[in-house]
Amino acid sequence: MSLNPEEVRRIAQLARLELSPQETGRIGDQLNGILTFVEQLQAVDTAGVTPMAHAIDVVQRLRTDVATEPDRRDAFQAIAPETGGGLYLVPKVIE
Amino acid sequence: MSQWEVVIGLETHVQLQTKSKIFSGASTAFGAEPNRQACAVDIALPGVLPVLNREAVVCAIKFGLAVDGDIASRSIFARKNYFYPDLPKGYQISQYEIPVVAGGGLDIKVSRGDTPTDKRVRLTRAHLEEDAGKSLHEDFHGKTGIDLNRAGTPLLEIVTEPDMGSSAEAVAYAKALHSLVTWIGICDGNMQEGSFRCDANVSVRRPGAPLGTRREIKNLNSFRFLQQAIDYEIGWQINEIEEGRKIHQATVLFDPDTGATRAMRSKEDAHDYRYFPDPDLLPLEITPAWIDEVKAGLPELPQAMQARFEAEYGLSAYDAAVITTQRAAGDFFQLAVSVAGAENAKLIANWMQGELSARLNREERDIADSPISAVQLAGMVRRIADGTLSSKLAKEVFDALWNLEAADADAVIEARGLKQMSDASAIEPIIDEVLAANPKSIEEFRAGKEKAFNALVGQVMKATKGKANPQQVNDLLRRKLAG
Repeated sequence: MSLNPEEVRRIAQLARLELSPQETGRIGDQLNGILTFVEQLQAVDTAGVTPMAHAIDVVQRLRTDVATEPDRRDAFQAIAPETGGGLYLVPKVIE
Repeated sequence: MSQWEVVIGLETHVQLQTKSKIFSGASTAFGAEPNRQACAVDIALPGVLPVLNREAVVCAIKFGLAVDGDIASRSIFARKNYFYPDLPKGYQISQYEIPVVAGGGLDIKVSRGDTPTDKRVRLTRAHLEEDAGKSLHEDFHGKTGIDLNRAGTPLLEIVTEPDMGSSAEAVAYAKALHSLVTWIGICDGNMQEGSFRCDANVSVRRPGAPLGTRREIKNLNSFRFLQQAIDYEIGWQINEIEEGRKIHQATVLFDPDTGATRAMRSKEDAHDYRYFPDPDLLPLEITPAWIDEVKAGLPELPQAMQARFEAEYGLSAYDAAVITTQRAAGDFFQLAVSVAGAENAKLIANWMQGELSARLNREERDIADSPISAVQLAGMVRRIADGTLSSKLAKEVFDALWNLEAADADAVIEARGLKQMSDASAIEPIIDEVLAANPKSIEEFRAGKEKAFNALVGQVMKATKGKANPQQVNDLLRRKLAG
């Protein structure tokens, strides 16, 4: 399997990355290199192996339901580009 | 007019009643100042890691048990990727391939013609996920304001099969679900505050034809809007097709001011979420022992309670259903019956659905904060059952208790001298007086006018200030007139 330039542009768009035509070519080659590697992995016979979401066989640790976090809004907002009325301000979003 | 079949599926976001967020220790209390309850995890500062809240999982297990679904022994959290300013990580943590609950169903009552029948709405799945923040578009000098207090609030998204055939069925399902999640205590059910939000997938087709293309109406936060939006959407889709146009899959918004739905402007790739397992979170394991532990703490479910009220207390299916639409009402009834005795169950049900329900509605109060307690109502009903109170006097006692004038029915009866006269030796002299004063009525009665009899009863009741036992007055009066 390999990606054509159109597919590379679409993936870049989904990731909100702007690529020049040269970059599209170069990154396309790199992605296809990764896919070739994945093809090698797919050659392994995995019949009868349960798909796993993680490489290690450990389950999620759980947290007790207690509110422990203090209000640190002032510290967080000191490093935000723009704030007002306690809100983070961003360029206008429609819908 | 040609026939159309409507197909509806609902996705409901139920905000879970936890103290802290699903993956962080920030508070979930409603109404805080913007961003005061948004910690480093919620605003997605680099280097933070999510840690799953045990209580959110307990809520999901409770729900799975209540709808008879399969609770996954292992479920996986996934990243749903999209860009929006109120989602600072650039992805929402949700569940995709393996949700925490699969299958199950909810029974609703639907009207086919005149007879209400039961229908089971099948559930596809229910999965745990985090809520996003809020975008505020007004009053920020051309900017959008972002409040991340809601970011990371635990949600259970409950998805149905396309099993509903009308807006009325969709509303019946939404109400049944709302009642259930509040009943088992996993959601406060506050729709104004967004604790229970519905998305409706609507399509139409000719009977027997394959499913039509659906459009999804987003974010309906009242039963009325749900009904209005679906009805509008059905009419719109039928009109489009009948005029020869095609329905295109779309996400639409409902505008309560115009009563219309309109398509959101969206890019074609908006639904390409590129889900993948979240490497920050390990599989969620739910053991049979844990499920058993949660099950033991689950309250009696509405349907079981309804069946029991019918079997144990002889309530009609209708009465039992009405009383178990809300857990607080079911508990109220149960407590009242345990005080007044099973033999008075029907009387309690009548008072709950009559005077009590009317008063609560008029004052827009919930039964959970009724001024009259179950024990007080039971005390009053006992005095009706033993003949102390006529239903007219009982209303007066009810009023006094409602206005918090006394601690119990007996105190009201005592203070106001409301005891019903059931002593024949006390009533008879009054009847004699009334008869002596109304010879004309007696003549009319003997001439066959039943009205004249009622007038005499009225005179006796008036003379006793309504305290005489009406049935006894009737009997005594007939005997005297006959004799």
